[in-house]
Amino acid sequence: MFSNFDFSVIGSSLPYLFGQGMVFTVTLTALAAGMGVVLGTLLAMMRLSGVPGLKHIAKVYVELMRSLPLVLVIFWFYFLVPYIGAWVTRAPNPIQVGAFSSALITFTLFEAAYFSEIMRAGIQSISKGQTGAANALGMTYWQTMANVILPQAFRNMLPLLLTQTIVLFQDTSLVYVLSLTDFLGAASKVAQRDGRLVEMYLFAAVVYFAVCFTASFLVRRLQRRVAIIR
Amino acid sequence: MNYNWNWSIFLEPSPEGAGTYADMLLSGLSWTIATALSSWIIAFVLGSLVGVLRTLPSAGAQRIGTAYVELFRNVPLLVQMFLWYFVLPEVLPGNAGTWLKQLPNAPFYTAVVCLGFFTASRVAEQVRAGIQSLPRGQRMAGTAMGLTVAQTYRYVLLPNAYRIILPPLTSEFLNNLKNTSVALTIGLLELTARARSMQEFSFQVFEAFTAATILYVLINLVVITAASFLERSVAVPGTR
Repeated sequence: MFSNFDFSVIGSSLPYLFGQGMVFTVTLTALAAGMGVVLGTLLAMMRLSGVPGLKHIAKVYVELMRSLPLVLVIFWFYFLVPYIGAWVTRAPNPIQVGAFSSALITFTLFEAAYFSEIMRAGIQSISKGQTGAANALGMTYWQTMANVILPQAFRNMLPLLLTQTIVLFQDTSLVYVLSLTDFLGAASKVAQRDGRLVEMYLFAAVVYFAVCFTASFLVRRLQRRVAIIR
Repeated sequence: MNYNWNWSIFLEPSPEGAGTYADMLLSGLSWTIATALSSWIIAFVLGSLVGVLRTLPSAGAQRIGTAYVELFRNVPLLVQMFLWYFVLPEVLPGNAGTWLKQLPNAPFYTAVVCLGFFTASRVAEQVRAGIQSLPRGQRMAGTAMGLTVAQTYRYVLLPNAYRIILPPLTSEFLNNLKNTSVALTIGLLELTARARSMQEFSFQVFEAFTAATILYVLINLVVITAASFLERSVAVPGTR
């Protein structure tokens, strides 16, 4: 059944696939996850702050992002970021933003909504008594958050945050719609250049599966180790 | 910011000949809904089946269920879309492959099958969690009453489990709906694809995407309202 196929195309394109494609995918995932968690935590704190304006802004933002398909959001920011850049820098015309920065901004802002839901659950999982105790000790809001609540919330939610990061790793393949060269983009370019769609897409699937399967296995092991026994 | 807003663009005829830009977006919307509903049928049936497999006493059945879920959850949807659309017709034996390639509306059928199998792995996890959240006594009581395994699932476990997992199933339904936009990569003319082509034809980027955004938010609201209505109407009296 595979007699017409030539899998040697994979071997010859390995440096391109991993040296450019996978590096792009991993860099984008790591940066977007890091910045997304920070922004997501801030959004969660806004939502739980009880301050009327802040609470509603965060809620509308998170609900809006969560009701839109990622592909549409990618298109939105691809066109919007140059205008926002011009507005921020007071430039008269839309500024040029590299494709990578555009993708990074998109994924950070999009995933922040999902991370914020995880962090909201994490903050709520810490008993009210701890906030009360910190207040009684005279800690300010920021001291309470930084020293008491957030460290425990992160610990409780670490497996979920990492699982969401694996989802993000898979989602970065959607930069394909902007013709960027992530891992799938690289595989797709080789596939179309050499007319080897079957071989390249099967190989891409195997690599994604191997990475994500191993990562989720490690997350499950970590989950058992960091779980706080109550 | 020097962007020329032109909201009346929606009433202008689209270069495709038939109808206005608004009609174009609405036709995209109907493809999105058709794809989401059709794939949900596959996802729900197959997902329930796989979820049940993972809770059966048989170790073999559990392994098959786990393998299915791991396989479909660890490959990005876009890659799965390409596998169904570009790879499957090539690896099928001669005639079947040719038939598949010549199928009219191939992107639609491919998207439905792909999303169905993909979402099934997520539905399966919810079904499994729902069944496992039930007290062990329910299964035992079913056995003690002389019900077969199939009857225990049909009359005792599944009716309870579905009620419990209705909220996460709703969000899986919404995810499935949003995921239909990935099918634009294989040429399905759904809502995001239509907004994109409207942008390419008219250069009114933000009007096109705003309209698509509003439509997506509206469908989300409709689904959430319908789901909470459904939740109330199927609730077992006295449980809440």
